[in-house]
Amino acid sequence: MAVRGWAVNPSVSLLVAILLPLFAAPLIALLGRRPNLREAVTLTTGGLLFLNALALVGPLLDGQRPALVLAEILPGLSLVFELEPLGLLFALLASGLWIITSLYAIGYMRGHHERNQTRFYVFFALAISAVQGVALAGNLLTLFIFYELLTFTTYPLVTHHRTPEAQRRGRIYLGMLLGTSFFFLLLAIVLTWQLTGTLDFRSGGILTGKADGLLLGVLLALYAFGIGKAALMPFHRWLPAAMVAPTPVSALLHAVAVVKAGVFAILKVVVYVFGLDLLNETDINTWLIYVAGGTMIIASLVALTQDNLKARLAYSTIGQLSYIVMGAALANGWGVLGGGLHIVAHALAKITLFFCAGAIMVTLHKTEVSQMRGIGRQMPLTMGAFFIASVSIIGLPPTGGAWSKWFLILGGLETGHYVAVGILVLSSLLSIGYLIPIVINAFFFPAQDNGGLKEAPTLSVIALTLTALGCLVLFLYPGPLLTLLRLMGVF
Amino acid sequence: MIATHLPILQVVIPLMAAPLCLLLRRPRLCWALSLAVSVIALVIALLLLGRALSEGPISYALGNWSPPWGIEYRVDVVNAFMLIIIAAIGTIVQIFAPRSISHEILPSQHTLFYTLYLLFLSGLLGVTITGDTFNVYVFLEISALSTYALIALGRDRRALTAAFRYLVLGSIGATFILIGIGLMYMMTGTLNMADMAQRLQPMLDSRTALAALAFLGVGLTLKLALFPLHIWLPDAYTYAPTVVTVLMGVVTKVWIYVFLRFAFTIWGQEFVFTEMHLQDLLVPLSLIGMLAASTAAIFQRNVKRMLAYSSVAQIGYMMLGVSFVSQTGLSGTIVHLFNHALLQAALFMALGAMLLRVGSPLLDDLRGIGRQMPWTMAAFVLGGLGLIGVPLTVGFISKWYFILAALEKGWWLVASLILLTSLLAVIYIWRVVEVAYFQQPDPNTTPVKEAPLSMQLPIWVLIMSILFFGISTKWTAGLAERAAAWLFGGGP
Repeated sequence: MAVRGWAVNPSVSLLVAILLPLFAAPLIALLGRRPNLREAVTLTTGGLLFLNALALVGPLLDGQRPALVLAEILPGLSLVFELEPLGLLFALLASGLWIITSLYAIGYMRGHHERNQTRFYVFFALAISAVQGVALAGNLLTLFIFYELLTFTTYPLVTHHRTPEAQRRGRIYLGMLLGTSFFFLLLAIVLTWQLTGTLDFRSGGILTGKADGLLLGVLLALYAFGIGKAALMPFHRWLPAAMVAPTPVSALLHAVAVVKAGVFAILKVVVYVFGLDLLNETDINTWLIYVAGGTMIIASLVALTQDNLKARLAYSTIGQLSYIVMGAALANGWGVLGGGLHIVAHALAKITLFFCAGAIMVTLHKTEVSQMRGIGRQMPLTMGAFFIASVSIIGLPPTGGAWSKWFLILGGLETGHYVAVGILVLSSLLSIGYLIPIVINAFFFPAQDNGGLKEAPTLSVIALTLTALGCLVLFLYPGPLLTLLRLMGVF
Repeated sequence: MIATHLPILQVVIPLMAAPLCLLLRRPRLCWALSLAVSVIALVIALLLLGRALSEGPISYALGNWSPPWGIEYRVDVVNAFMLIIIAAIGTIVQIFAPRSISHEILPSQHTLFYTLYLLFLSGLLGVTITGDTFNVYVFLEISALSTYALIALGRDRRALTAAFRYLVLGSIGATFILIGIGLMYMMTGTLNMADMAQRLQPMLDSRTALAALAFLGVGLTLKLALFPLHIWLPDAYTYAPTVVTVLMGVVTKVWIYVFLRFAFTIWGQEFVFTEMHLQDLLVPLSLIGMLAASTAAIFQRNVKRMLAYSSVAQIGYMMLGVSFVSQTGLSGTIVHLFNHALLQAALFMALGAMLLRVGSPLLDDLRGIGRQMPWTMAAFVLGGLGLIGVPLTVGFISKWYFILAALEKGWWLVASLILLTSLLAVIYIWRVVEVAYFQQPDPNTTPVKEAPLSMQLPIWVLIMSILFFGISTKWTAGLAERAAAWLFGGGP
C-alpha cells in the first residue's frame, strides 16, 4: 500500500486526528479578515486529516490495534484512543466529507451572505475534532467525553443566526441531548464501571456474567435512550430543531457527524460492551428492534407531512438512523455489517440531499416542497443528484443504500425477526412516498417563475455531484468497506 | 530549624502581618504585603503536604508544651489538602483584588480590607491546622468576626443587614459549637482531639455525649450552610464585595472539613452516622438542599445571587458525599472541596470583572455582554460548564464520585437526583449564556471594554486549573482518596 510508508507511527496518528482540527480552529479565527486564506486552512486541514486517517488503514489491515493513553482522568480510568475498524471507518467518513462540505460551505455561505463566517468555520473545525475523538475513542469514558464535547461545539453552529427562533430551538437541541446523555448515558457508564471495573471496548463484551437479565435490560435501555444523538423516539425532537442551522451544518453534522456519532456509539456498545453472544443468550434486545422499527415507521409518516424540505429530510434521517439501531439490535453479524455499512451509505445519500436543499435555497430562495415544481429544469444537475441520493435512501440499486438494506434484511431473516424485515420493506415504500414526488414535480412540470438555467454556486454544485457519485461508487465497489468491517470480527 | 516550625508559621505569619498592615496604611503597600503573605502561606502549605505525605502526620507542640496538655498542631493529608485550598484561593484573590475593590469598596477602607483579609486568612488556616478543639473555637471567632466586617465593606447598604444577619446566625452557630466542645471537655477532661477521641469512646452512651453531638451538629451545619440552615448565605454572598464573596466560598468548605474532623476522627463514623442516625437526617437534607437551591437559582434575576444559591446546592452535594459514609463518597466530598473552590472562585471573579465594567450584576444589564467582554464571558461559560459537570472539567470528576457512591449503595433514586440537579445547573447557567450572547445590549448604554489584565490573569489561571484538574486528577482525586482512606482509618 502506498499510504503505508507515509505513516510515522500509528499511535501518533491517533492523536494527530484530534489535534489537527483543534489547532486549525485558532488559526481560522486569526485569519478572520482574510476569507480566502481562512478557507484554505479549513480545506488543507481537512485534506491532511483524511490522509492521516487513510494512513491508519495499513496498520489496521496488518492486524495492529495501536492505542494511546493520554491522561489518567480517574484512578484506573484513562483518556485513551485506540484504532478500531468501525471507528476508523467513521473517522474516514467524517474527515472525507468535511472536505466536500467545506467546498460546499464556501459557495453557500458566500452565496447566502451569511454573517459571522469566521465563527462558523472555527466551531466547525472544533466539532470535527470532537467527532474524531468519538471515532477513535478507546474506552467508554473517552467516547462519552467527546460525545459531550460534540454537543457543546455544535450548539453555536445550530444557533448561528442568533435569532429568537434559533435561541428557542437551541434550547431543545441542548436540553434534549444533554438531558439524555447526563441522565441515562452517564448513569449507564457509571453502572457499567461499577459492575465490571473496566470501561474498555473488548471483542465479546465486558458484561458477560456480571449482571442478571433484568439489570442488563435496564442497562441496554439506558444506553439506547441515553445516546440521544441516535434520535431514537421519543428522544428525537432535537434533530428537526437543529435544522435552524445554516445548511452545511445540517448536511455534515446533522446528517453525518453528530447523528452518526450516536448510532456509532450504539454499535460500539452493543458489539464491544455487551457482546452479541450475551444479547442473544439473554434475549434483552428484542424490544429495541421494535422501538427502532416504530421510530422508522413513525418518522417516515411524519416526513410525508412535512412541507419544509429540510424538516422532511430531518425526519427521514430519524427513520434512517433507526436502520442502524435495528442492525445493532438484531445482534448478529449481518445486522452489524448492514448497520456499519449504512453509516456510510446513508451519510453519502443524506449529505447530498441536504446539499441540494441548500443549493435550492441559495439559488431560487425556495424552502418548501410545494414551491419546487419545475425546478429540475432550472437546476438539472442539482436535481439529478437529488434523484440519485433519493434512490439510495430508498435502498434500490444501483446505489450504496441497496447493500446496507440487503444485509439488514438478511440479518432479520437469519434471526427470525420477520417483523423487522416487514418494517424495513414498509419503510422503503414510505421513503419512496416522501422523496420521489419531489423529483417528479421538479422534472415533469414547467418552471414556475419562467427563469432559464440557474445553477447553484459552482463549488456547491461540485460538492453535491461528488457525493451523488459516491452513492453510485459505493454500489459498484463496496469491497473495501466490507473488508474493513470484517476486521471487527463478528462475521 | 525553620522546617520544624512550619505548622505554627502557617498561622502566625498572617496573624502578625495584620497589625503591620494597619500600620503601613498605604493600600498599595498593604496589597503587596498581603499578596506576599498569601504566597508564603501557600508555599508553607505545599511543604507541609509534602512532609505529611512522606513522613506521615506532623505533630507540633506549641511552646514545647507536649500534648495533650499543651496545644498541638497536627497536619495530616486531610488538612494539608485543605490548607492548600485556603492559601491558593487567597493568593488568587489577592491578585484579583486591587482592581475589583477599586470600585466595590470605598478607597478609604482599602487598608481595612487588607487587614481584615489577613486576619481572616490566619483564622481559617488556624481552624484547619489545629489539633485542639478549643483552638478551633478561638480561630473560628477570628475568622468569623473578620468575615462579618468584610461583608459590611460592601457599598450596597443592604450589605449591612446581610452582615448583621450573618453575625447573629454565625454567633449562634459558634455558641453551639462552643457548648458542644465544652460538654466534651466536661466528659473527657481534655481538649486535644486525639486524646479526646480515645477517652470519648467508652462514654458514648451518656446523655452528655448525645447533647454534645446535637449542639455540635447544629452549630457546624449552620456554619457550613447546609439546607435549611443556609438562610444567612444568599444575602451575604450577594451584597458582599466580589472578592469577599470568593473568600467566603472557602469558609463553608473549612467548616465541612471541621465537620469531617469531628465526625470521623473524634466521634467515629459508626457512632455518628449509624447509631445516631445522622445519615437518615443528612441524606434527605442534602438532597432537598441540592434540589431546592438549584431551583431557586433558576429564578434569580441577580446573577450573583444565582451563584450564591448554586453554592448552597454544591454544599448539598458535599454533605451528601459525606453521608454516604463510604470511601467513594468521602473521596467525592474531599475532591469537590477543591474542585468547587476553583469553580466558585472562577465564576464569581468573572462576574466581578463584569461588575467592574457594567456596574450591575442583574441579568438584564448583562445583555450582549458576550460580544463586549468576550474573554470574560468565555471564562464564565467554561466555569459554568464545570459547575454543570461537563467532562474534561473538574465538576465531572466530583459528579462521577457521587454517582458511583450512590450506585455502590444501590441508591438509584439518589443517583438520579444527583443527575437531575446537574441538569438544573444547565438551566441556570444557560439563562446567562443566552442573555449574554443572544440579546442586544440596551442602545442607551455606552458599550463597555474588556476587563483589565490583572483580572483576566487570575480568572484564566483558575479556568486552566479547572480544565487541567479535570483531565489529570492524580493530585486531586488521588489525594482525596488517600485522605478519605485516612479518615476512615480513624487516625487523628
